[in-house]
Amino acid sequence: MGLELFLDLISQPSRAVYIFAKKNGIPFELRTVELLKGQHLSKEFFPVNSLQRVPTLKDGDFVLSESVAILIYLSCKYQTADHWYPSDLQARMRIHEYLGWHADCIYGTFGVSLWAQVLAPLIGVQVPEEKVKCNRTNVDKALQYLEDKFLGHKAFLTSQQVTLADLMALEELMQLVAVGYHLFEERPRLAAWRERVEAFLGIDLCQEAHGPILNVVEQAANKTLPEPSPEIHLIMLNRLFRIP
Amino acid sequence: MGLELYLDLLSQPCRAVYIFAKKNGIPFELHTVELLKGQHLSDAFAQVNPLKKVPALKDGNFTLTESVAILLYLTRKYKVPDHWYPQDLQACARVDEYLAWQHTTLRRNCLRALWHKTMFPVFLGESVSPEMLAATLAELDVTLKILEDKFLQNKAYLSGSHISLADLVAITELMHPVGAGCQVFEGRPKLAAWRQRVEAAVGEDLFQEAHKVILKAKDFPPADPTIKQKLMPGVLAMIR
Repeated sequence: MGLELFLDLISQPSRAVYIFAKKNGIPFELRTVELLKGQHLSKEFFPVNSLQRVPTLKDGDFVLSESVAILIYLSCKYQTADHWYPSDLQARMRIHEYLGWHADCIYGTFGVSLWAQVLAPLIGVQVPEEKVKCNRTNVDKALQYLEDKFLGHKAFLTSQQVTLADLMALEELMQLVAVGYHLFEERPRLAAWRERVEAFLGIDLCQEAHGPILNVVEQAANKTLPEPSPEIHLIMLNRLFRIP
Repeated sequence: MGLELYLDLLSQPCRAVYIFAKKNGIPFELHTVELLKGQHLSDAFAQVNPLKKVPALKDGNFTLTESVAILLYLTRKYKVPDHWYPQDLQACARVDEYLAWQHTTLRRNCLRALWHKTMFPVFLGESVSPEMLAATLAELDVTLKILEDKFLQNKAYLSGSHISLADLVAITELMHPVGAGCQVFEGRPKLAAWRQRVEAAVGEDLFQEAHKVILKAKDFPPADPTIKQKLMPGVLAMIR
């Protein structure tokens, strides 16, 4: 059995892995694991990844979770173009530096509006207004930092070429775009960066990968999102409880 | 100018970097940035790291922040033994997997446990509601179970039969709640045995030296009001 990727394109790290594999022509079998249906908690998925998370990679007997680990694995195994994850030590470490900051300040923060507007209502919960406001402040601070300190006047976040850092960042930002936050309006450098990343990836691939997340509000309005399964209710409540 | 490391051993990622550099005989100049005195908020340190966080590394003109990045940089630049961050693709991916996982789970839980249980009441003189403390400790408990059951399993170390960056990053995290008086290893014999192995692999003396500060956390004198005011916004952002 060749490479299998267990993904749900509604999840931002899953999209990063999907786009990376597609863009680099890495052949894989796509296994969709629908998070809202709780398929990651199912008996079928458990033997694949007992951590019950997506994205998950399966390469023969080797199972790997965590998007960053998967992206590095793919870039090394398939010897993708050097710019993604450069062999130059300092250039490579700029990516890890970004990913460390990303884990602290972006991951878990940029998805809160999506939770408040779309996911929480699915289980009949409302995120308190002051939490949404506090999150907006944190998002704006992080965006400012992203634009000023990481992007600066370079073409991409950590160098003049696109890297894993740009891909991880773009997918987080798409969650904000999906809920109608006009984050690029007053941030021309960030807007130009987004255009460069998307142009590099190719419009078709971006549309394909971003389709599910960009339609999420409309789907919620039309009630065409899957009904969250009972098992996932508790997990969703737990996630909502952790919103600061 | 050679390698410079900006650290405070109160911080768990700083301890990982410190132990790693010492254990591997990497020569460096230590710049202590005392967090509880607010030295990381100074203009001078902002030149090194505009995020005002430790650890930070300077190697000539090259400045690097974020502990995982610093550890990876040191492993490659100084050609340390392979087991720390193996060249083998799958073994390396196991370390990457743990390092990515811990950042948003164990890191958060250990930090919150220390601050909610000890630093808020003892150092800042701020009470923490019993519900908040209970929720923090319950979350830590869930994560520790994942660490033991899913990552350690029946192996000697987190990512295989040899010590790696994963173990170093994990043990220095766990010493945070230990410093706060949490019985992290009680009722978890596999995790307790793993701790012994990691301590032995690192060396008792170095391990004790790196953890001297955190193990005295319960006896820290209260912060004076000026310092408290200075630190409060950062603390609240950090453990939000």
